[in-house]
Amino acid sequence: MTVHNLYIFDRNGSCLFYNEWNRKKQAGISKEEEFKLMYGMLFSIRSFVSKMSPLDMKEGFLSFQTSKYRLHYYETPSGLRFVMNTDLSVPTARDTLQSIYSNLYVECVVKNPVCVLGLSLDSQLFSSRLDAFIRGLPFYSPRAA
Amino acid sequence: MVIFSVYVVNKAGGLIYQYDNYVPRAEAEKTFSYPLDFVLKHHDEKVVVSFGQRDGIRVGHAVLSINGVDVLGKNTGDGKDTLEYLKDPANYPVSIRFGRARLSSNEKLMLASMFHSLFAIGSQLSPDVGSSGIEMLETDVFKLHCFQTLTGIKFIVLADPRQSGIDALLRKIYEIYSDFALKNPFYSLEMPIRCELFDQNLKGALEIAEKAGNFGAGS
Repeated sequence: MTVHNLYIFDRNGSCLFYNEWNRKKQAGISKEEEFKLMYGMLFSIRSFVSKMSPLDMKEGFLSFQTSKYRLHYYETPSGLRFVMNTDLSVPTARDTLQSIYSNLYVECVVKNPVCVLGLSLDSQLFSSRLDAFIRGLPFYSPRAA
Repeated sequence: MVIFSVYVVNKAGGLIYQYDNYVPRAEAEKTFSYPLDFVLKHHDEKVVVSFGQRDGIRVGHAVLSINGVDVLGKNTGDGKDTLEYLKDPANYPVSIRFGRARLSSNEKLMLASMFHSLFAIGSQLSPDVGSSGIEMLETDVFKLHCFQTLTGIKFIVLADPRQSGIDALLRKIYEIYSDFALKNPFYSLEMPIRCELFDQNLKGALEIAEKAGNFGAGS
């Protein structure tokens, strides 16, 4: 059980925030390129899923898994995208992502007049509280992984 | 519990087989007076709802028929542009049938190769070493399961999120593929599969999977 990393994208595709906790493999490209690739993949998955779906969807894309990790996705109606990679033992992290949005992002970024929305988040309060929040999660334990 | 469809993608990302096992009918027909209650727009050679939802008609639904006559792409049955036709108050009241647009075979080819690259990116962006590509993709109305063989062929099954036993089904489809497509002397490798025995056995396997895998805890 562990959390690998977390991405926050705005609706235009720029990466507002990235942090990693227990990442064992880097993508082999620069972080800028990786953010673009990740956003492009999510964007394509969204369009893929909406065409592929046999019925009308409400939430749309929720998560995918490979043999090694699971990617959890949460999108707000305003287009903010939260992406968290965990290992396979975490069944769903949707509530976690939602509470990062409502308890941390809204509280520390939206309510902070100095933070310019749409630019990379450099609020120290946000990153330290997020770090503490992730480390406090029941499924955060890098030792076990 | 249902299995919606099966796709087989070759190692170059080409769709070599597709079968729709169950296509839910989500259509609504209604008579409208001028002006229409919602906004329509052209999208991919179709006329779709872009704003306004009511009576089972939802954003993204396409116009399927007008006054009982099926539309042809973005034109009405008699060749007029659908949007222009619906702008004219003289044509009202009008009865329009809406529903999710069916995927054309071209779109299916495109989606299959799209998944092929998503699969590869999923493995490249892995935070852990030795990861495969996407094996399962989950949404609120369906789950996509993918099994890639050592030779690079991908078997993809779209099923209800609660359907279990899909992993066994994917391996069964691989077995059917090896037995009835690969051993068929008229089948050329990497080309679309047109083998009757493959079709029959696949349908049989889907039926068995649907009956056996009811209400499981997820596969």
